[in-house]
Amino acid sequence: MTPVLETRDLTIRFGGHVAVDGVSCAFNKGTLTAIVGPNGAGKTTYFNLISGQLPASAGTVQLDGVDISRDTPAARARRGIGRAFQITSLFSNLTALENVRLAVQARRRAAMPAGPRRTLSEIVTRWDSDPSLQARARDYLADVNLVAKADTPVAALPHGDKRKLEVALMMALEPHVFMFDEPTAGMSIDEVPVVLDLIHKLKARGNATILLVEHKMDVVRSLADRIIVLHNGRLAADGLPAVVIASPVVQEAYLGTRSRAGRKGGAHA
Amino acid sequence: MSGFTNTLLSGDGPRSRVLTALLAVIVGVLALAPFLFDGAQAINTAAKICVFIVLAASYDLLLGYTGIVSFAHTMFFGIGAYGVGLAFHFWGPTWTAGLAGLGIALTAGLILALAIGFVSLRVKAIFYAMITLAVASAFAILAGQLSDFTGGEDGRSFRVPELLRPTTMLFQMPLTGMSVTGRIATYYLIALAAAAIFLGALRIVNSPFGRVLQAIRENEFRAGALGFDVVAYRTIGNCLAAAMAVLAGALYALWLRYVGPDTTLSFAIMLDILLMVVIGGMGTLYGSVIGATIFILAQSYLQKLMVIASSAFKGVPLLPDIFHPDRWLLWLGVLFVLSVYFFPTGLVGTLRARAALQKD
Repeated sequence: MTPVLETRDLTIRFGGHVAVDGVSCAFNKGTLTAIVGPNGAGKTTYFNLISGQLPASAGTVQLDGVDISRDTPAARARRGIGRAFQITSLFSNLTALENVRLAVQARRRAAMPAGPRRTLSEIVTRWDSDPSLQARARDYLADVNLVAKADTPVAALPHGDKRKLEVALMMALEPHVFMFDEPTAGMSIDEVPVVLDLIHKLKARGNATILLVEHKMDVVRSLADRIIVLHNGRLAADGLPAVVIASPVVQEAYLGTRSRAGRKGGAHA
Repeated sequence: MSGFTNTLLSGDGPRSRVLTALLAVIVGVLALAPFLFDGAQAINTAAKICVFIVLAASYDLLLGYTGIVSFAHTMFFGIGAYGVGLAFHFWGPTWTAGLAGLGIALTAGLILALAIGFVSLRVKAIFYAMITLAVASAFAILAGQLSDFTGGEDGRSFRVPELLRPTTMLFQMPLTGMSVTGRIATYYLIALAAAAIFLGALRIVNSPFGRVLQAIRENEFRAGALGFDVVAYRTIGNCLAAAMAVLAGALYALWLRYVGPDTTLSFAIMLDILLMVVIGGMGTLYGSVIGATIFILAQSYLQKLMVIASSAFKGVPLLPDIFHPDRWLLWLGVLFVLSVYFFPTGLVGTLRARAALQKD
């Protein structure tokens, strides 16, 4: 089986600093892979290389066996790479519903053949003329408990709601590859389960390829089918969660010291 | 809103009672202007307002909705005016000539907008502004230099089709006995075209395409990450705004029966449009109606008001000098500083925010 997503010797240098250093890794359908490592290990940079925000200095990114290393972020999104950003990135002066609706629209647009006809209908029809698109946007808002705030401008939403909306935007893109970059960071305790449930459900569908950068080890334990460890931009470990967490390289590289090895759950890097 | 009005306005009504009333007054007065006022200045002002509503709205499409700062907008305005004007001048005052001129102007405008877009919409906003400034200056100089063709700094006067000439008597109003001339027909042609173009723009900004433009304005990075080609959207938005400006220019030439650098290409007009959009409220389209109306009324009547003020203060030291009609630009400036200070989001933005507060 070809992996859905694969990086081969993926590398990026900033001057003399190698932020991601020859990472080769394949991600299969229906698998949730957690990517862990200390701050500055290159996790978000690795994500940026996959979704195209940064150009690779060397190596390739393959989606369904096709090299997408030269594609723009927009082209990669249309091919099915979805990303929820670590630093919330939304359309502040538009409402929550409009934000999600834009993602629904992007998904639908990518499925239509390009051409003057698509462009023309996009310009002359009314934004709210297709009730099915509006309804679908509402469904995705409902998945993150935000229906009540559908008509609130994003700038007026509290931080936790923005984080949930960030996830909803990616879900609405219905990608093949879901990239969560610390989805629960900065959320209050009672909001975290909403997002984790969403990821659980997504995983239960069995056909999604999920990449998750997460610092909370209890979250990683409960969700991950596989863990890869990045350390100084290199792939330091790769395997089943229990094995990886117990391995000496993780104890040293990720949890810092051997003396903390016995601690269970909730460990933060 | 009734279903019909809602469809006409693409579901994007004024959303404020004060604004609705203001717009109703403006539209009502513009619709009846030839019958409400005597004299050439009133109808000239009304026609100019109609044209500048379209021009300001097209600029708002760029500035307010897409977040593009362009200084080449008067260039497209000029292309429209010169296209129609020179066609009438060289090919004679026929409808075919006018339409051909408009067609050529639209094509030229779109090609230029596309070229500027492809070359420069990927660069940072400030560079884009500079590039458009350079292109627009070059175009204005070109129009001034090619005097055999464009009439140079003097411009070109031309005759319009018979139906639209001031000397043409169409019919007399049954009750008042007022004669309806070709001038009035021209006015209504311009007013109706302006209304249609404005409603078209309202549809564009409320289309799926329009929402993507707004998304790009808000967060270009994320719009790209959702799969939208930012450069393509900006280029199309640029072309649509350019086409609207071309149409506005064509209407203006039709009204003035003259085309020259001062009436269409000057940088002063560029600043006027910018002020109209900012005063009215960026990213609202209705702002361009309010902004253009206030600005042109001030431009046309401030001097008259000041003559009155100046003579009223006769004998008082200093005051007559301050209100001397020659100082009208100073007072216009003061008015704008005050309006931007008190209405930072423009008149429409402020009115809407107030209406939204009352609703909560």
